[in-house]
Amino acid sequence: MPPENAAAAAASQTKDAEDAMDIHQAEQTKHAEQTERAEQTKHAEQTKRAEQTKRAEQANEAGGAGRGQGTKGAERPADPARGGRTQARARAARNRRLVVYATRVLLLIAVLALWEVLARTKTIDPFNFSMPSKIWDQITQWALHGTAQGSLWEQIWYTLYEALFGWIIGVIGGVVLGIALGRVRFLADVLGPYIKVLNALPRIVLAPIFLIWFGLGPASKVASAVVLVFFPVFFNAFQGAREVDRNLVANARILGAGNRRVTLQVVIPSATSWIFTSLHVSFGFALIGAIVGEYIGATKGLGLLVSASQGTFNAAGVYAAMVILAVVALLAEGLLTFAEKRLFRWKPAEPGADR
Amino acid sequence: MITSGKRHSDAPAIELRGASKVFRTPSGGLHTAVRDLDLTVEQGEFVAVVGPTGCGKSTTLTLVSGLEEPTEGEVLVGGVPVEGIGPEVGFVFQQDAVFPWRTVLSNVMAGPRFRGVPTAQAKERAREWLARVGLASFEDRYPHQLSGGMRKRVALAQTFVNDPSILLMDEPFSALDVQTRALMSDELLELWGGTGSSVVFVTHDLEEAIALADKVVVMTAGPATVKQTFPIDLPRPRKVESVRLEPRFVEIYREIWSSLGEEVRITRERGAASAA
Ligand SMILES: Nc1ncnc2c1ncn2[C@@H]1O[C@H](COP(=O)(O)OP(=O)(O)OP(=O)(O)O)[C@@H](O)[C@H]1O
Ligand SMILES: [Mg+2]
Repeated sequence: MPPENAAAAAASQTKDAEDAMDIHQAEQTKHAEQTERAEQTKHAEQTKRAEQTKRAEQANEAGGAGRGQGTKGAERPADPARGGRTQARARAARNRRLVVYATRVLLLIAVLALWEVLARTKTIDPFNFSMPSKIWDQITQWALHGTAQGSLWEQIWYTLYEALFGWIIGVIGGVVLGIALGRVRFLADVLGPYIKVLNALPRIVLAPIFLIWFGLGPASKVASAVVLVFFPVFFNAFQGAREVDRNLVANARILGAGNRRVTLQVVIPSATSWIFTSLHVSFGFALIGAIVGEYIGATKGLGLLVSASQGTFNAAGVYAAMVILAVVALLAEGLLTFAEKRLFRWKPAEPGADR
Repeated sequence: MITSGKRHSDAPAIELRGASKVFRTPSGGLHTAVRDLDLTVEQGEFVAVVGPTGCGKSTTLTLVSGLEEPTEGEVLVGGVPVEGIGPEVGFVFQQDAVFPWRTVLSNVMAGPRFRGVPTAQAKERAREWLARVGLASFEDRYPHQLSGGMRKRVALAQTFVNDPSILLMDEPFSALDVQTRALMSDELLELWGGTGSSVVFVTHDLEEAIALADKVVVMTAGPATVKQTFPIDLPRPRKVESVRLEPRFVEIYREIWSSLGEEVRITRERGAASAA
């Protein structure tokens, strides 16, 4: 069939002529995100786990190779029996986790305490730098008595709504266009340069323009979120569609899949891991878009809270809004990770990870 | 897709006439993988292809399947030039090609589902095939949770479930252990006997080739072309384990090996020369 042959020809050309689009962009995005995430979660978890196993192995060794051999053997009553060993291992892991959590909390307390003390003793200017107790007071006051623009929950909901809405539109647009351009060479050739130009634009400067176009309401914030979210998602989806294992495509076609089925059942599933990496960063981008939009001009939202606090020289208010934002972002990230875990059950576990 | 109505009933199942395939290498040069290849597979015939590594056996199969077009020459299936992928073709790839995001059952169901068979029926057929390849209790696993040999068996079930009349197999059993291999070989012979499908079976195992095939094709060192064709006159039905012990088998083996061995030697010397 001509279209299939055309697709095959296009596919066989991808390797030597990858000039249609700035591949490095996607690679950078993915790479940057991977590094970031790796540092945030994977790395932390891996080191944790690696050290757990290392500790456990040490305990194991001490238990198996004879007691009293080193200090580690003396630490625990090593039981040569299997059950004892597993128990010791589990106990070691639990202890380690406790130590990590405790140290973590202590570190936070230490930093906050230092801040508080420095501000109270006026070593740093409490007016500019505020202090944790004041920030906490500000948060509770907002939570209990509402802000100048209405209840705190309403502000959070507004920002979240704008970010989420923008994120969904941006993700859908990015995925659809990315997959389409990754699959259809003609589209990539035609639209590639335009997308590159748009991507080169520092898109956050569009926020004031959106404010003019769409007014003070949520629409302008949604728009800034969309333009921020679209590009990383697009480039990752595009790259994912390009990187599909050719054997899988060949197999699907032999098994009877047409172009549409190949796209839906082979290209999209294998691009999902690429797409998901971009979803993590891009939700952060959506929040940025919404906040910046609100900061520039809005009637509600956390960004407005920041700008209003700033307008009244209320440093504690600015920090309080930041804290709330961080919590919201973390919760969203957690939800996304949960969804990812469910979606990627087919993937082999990372070496060193639990499952 | 090609309609089978156009087929000539007396035409050979597969025919390659002077087929050549030239690849463009990443460095921009040209690489001839297959050159001037003539090969005929009669309907219902089981043809085994042996040849030195890298000579172009897999490439030949992709030409027959319609995944690749010949640079020169003609490829006919059922007397009709190949245009795209025909529905009657089954292809067991040399590399792993099961879908990693689908469970074993879903992988085997893929073919029928792609061809519009209702889910319930597809599931039934898939289960039947999983039982035949001995994976009935693994249907909920994902491919990464299987061993290499098990994945290969999933691939076999995935292909057979479509009832292909043209069966292309690229070293399908090389990842299997000896027992499963014998079992699958017998199973393949039985299946083939029942359906009357035409098989091209690429292997590096000459014993396997002789035990299974009606005709063994020896390819030259790359670019591939047919060096010699040996009809195998061992009686059917065969059991692969017992047929190996027959004196006639050993005779044929010796005969073919004298032809194949030379090409293998050439390939090895070439590799050594380019490495030096
Ligand atoms: N897509 C491609 N682009 C460039 N060269 C290719 C391509 N596919 C195969 N070749 C080359 O064609 C030659 C034949 O490859 P092929 O895979 O057909 O060998 P083979 O006979 O199947 O080998 P093996 O027994 O090791 O599987 C090899 O030299 C290989 O490098
Ligand atoms: Mg091969």
